[in-house]
Amino acid sequence: MNRREWAWGYLMIAPLVLGLGVFFLWPVAQSVYYSFTDWTLFGGSTWAGLDNYARLLRDPEVGQALWNTFQVMVLGLLVVPLAVLVAALLNTRGLRGVPVYRTLYFLPVVTMPAAVALIWRWLYSGEYGLINYLLSLAGVSGRSWIADPHTALYAVIVVFIWTYVGYFTVIFLAGLQGIPAHLYEAASIDGAGRVRQFFSITLPLLTPTIFFTSVLMVMYGLQMFDLLYLMFGKGSPAWADNKTIVLLFYTKAFEEGAKGYGAAIAVVLMAVTLAITAVQFRLQRKWVHYA
Amino acid sequence: MTRKVWALLCAGAIVIGAASCSAADEPGSDGGKVTISYGIWDKNQKPAMEKIAQEFTKAHPDIQVKVELTPGSKEYWPKLQTAAAGGSAPDVFWMNGPRVGLWASQGALAPLSERIAADRFDTSKFPKSLNDLYTLNGKQYGIPKDYDTIGLWYNKDLFDRAGVKHPDASWTWDDMRAAAKKLTDPAKGVWGIGAPAWPQELYYNTIYQAGGYVISPDGRKSGYDDPATIAGLRLWVDILTADKSSPTIKQTQDTDPIQLFQNGKLAMFWDGSYDAIAYNGTEGLNAGVAPLPAGPKGKATIIHGLANVVYAKSKHPDQAWEFVKFLGSEAANRIQAESGAVIPAYTGLEETWVRSMPKLDLKVFVDQVPDAVPYPRSLNTAAWSAKESELLSQAFSGAKDLDATARELAAFMNDALAKEAQG
Repeated sequence: MNRREWAWGYLMIAPLVLGLGVFFLWPVAQSVYYSFTDWTLFGGSTWAGLDNYARLLRDPEVGQALWNTFQVMVLGLLVVPLAVLVAALLNTRGLRGVPVYRTLYFLPVVTMPAAVALIWRWLYSGEYGLINYLLSLAGVSGRSWIADPHTALYAVIVVFIWTYVGYFTVIFLAGLQGIPAHLYEAASIDGAGRVRQFFSITLPLLTPTIFFTSVLMVMYGLQMFDLLYLMFGKGSPAWADNKTIVLLFYTKAFEEGAKGYGAAIAVVLMAVTLAITAVQFRLQRKWVHYA
Repeated sequence: MTRKVWALLCAGAIVIGAASCSAADEPGSDGGKVTISYGIWDKNQKPAMEKIAQEFTKAHPDIQVKVELTPGSKEYWPKLQTAAAGGSAPDVFWMNGPRVGLWASQGALAPLSERIAADRFDTSKFPKSLNDLYTLNGKQYGIPKDYDTIGLWYNKDLFDRAGVKHPDASWTWDDMRAAAKKLTDPAKGVWGIGAPAWPQELYYNTIYQAGGYVISPDGRKSGYDDPATIAGLRLWVDILTADKSSPTIKQTQDTDPIQLFQNGKLAMFWDGSYDAIAYNGTEGLNAGVAPLPAGPKGKATIIHGLANVVYAKSKHPDQAWEFVKFLGSEAANRIQAESGAVIPAYTGLEETWVRSMPKLDLKVFVDQVPDAVPYPRSLNTAAWSAKESELLSQAFSGAKDLDATARELAAFMNDALAKEAQG
């Protein structure tokens, strides 16, 4: 290629690179810098060296938040088998009312998190909630799911999974449609039943999609914030022990005004995310089949 | 954070960017006319604030005021902090007690003392506790706007039906607890009293009624390891766990106790004068209000009030001060009083507010001012108040032992206060 073509190439990618640089890479670099400073509410930072990181190691809240975030991440991955199941069922030939199901499963994806949080708060309410009403019909007495520190995090994780099933179902539907029909024909000629076909053809050929979705879901899980923030009310006893790492970051940086410390928490989150994603990419060689 | 939130944030950034660009295009001081912005967070007060702004422009035709509402203080503060860090906060805005220390000490607020002296502005028209709340190191940073105290709200119908005497100024904690037990009727879903873990409305008051303190007067030491302070907290824990005459903390988390009171589920509820307008307008609620009962060490109620402040980096500081002066005038306070939303800070206008809702005996809130204790705060209140509410809500819910939790909180708070002192 001559220089002119190179120049055109750079020009074409310039908008993306600039956008990424200004709105993503530069803030990341700044966060890392500020994590080594004592940064107060209205600008004005002083160099603090490793103070923030030393404080982080001594802070029991950080350990608790990391553990909570880990639970969100692992349990959040349940969305992958769920979405595979929904997609496989929707892909069944001769199924009626598919548009209705599609609308239903995709609805949570396009609903505002604030609205989702509000509705689920009502459903989970200890006294007037629909969930406890249904349980009472079965003779079980429920509890205040969201206000109870023992169930609050899990109750929110259920909502978290619920909001993402539809999104991933769409991805899996696309994945399923990418599997050549002749493979199934050949398998049925060889006498393989539907279950055998699913485990020997569908599942292996879906592994690239499963890998892609689990990488995404791990990141969403590690960054979970909005649902927790919206569903735990002011002064809830659930706040103390159920913070995720991003919620802790928000509390420290924006509520307590310790932005340097907040930046250090954000840097830790970034390191954890990078490490887990790297492990995922390393392991995928062992189980992902690219047809 | 989900991509939806990011998309919203980006869209918001674009809108805010556009708005600030258009503001910059408006004629500046060279054109003679100046537009200043006024940041507020209460939509109920917006009509009164706009009326004041119009009256101000009548007297100062060269200065227009744009009232900028950010609904809800939960959204207002993060937005304002971000704007102030970026140098673009409103010229004049509302400030509260817990935050003034941080804002003033970090140079985000313009000190007003010199202007007050130069213009001979009379601050003695406002309660001293409010002037003090906005004075740091001898400099005043805000002109009081309004104030509020806490009262004992009660449901007259529930009291009459249970045959219990209405609360009055002679009540003590014991009277209140006994009445709450009598009024509790689980069959009807009625509780004697509502006890959410709220500081300003509930436990700050009882801490001072018990002779305890939240923070020492010099702002250096937490009072949470003081036995009297713990006694003030224990009242609520007893009501919740021993008497069971209040819905549990989990229940008041699921359903806002203000709504429970409005729906006749609570016979008594401690709440501020700022909710009078809501209770006055509730269909079917026959509410009354009495002074807070006396504790072991007598009477106390938390007084708090907002102030109008000038942004340190305002491009029109003179015009902003002119507006703040007007906001502190009798005329502006009268407009506030007539709206009924808040008690105006200006002495002599309380009666106008009291008369705005003749159904309720609002005089109670004004009469308690001599017993009032200023809202506890330090330079960086937020550094310990989030922990305070986190820990105490666990103690109130019975998940943690009160004594141990209070001591844990004291240790955390002393640590935060020591950091403040270092600067």
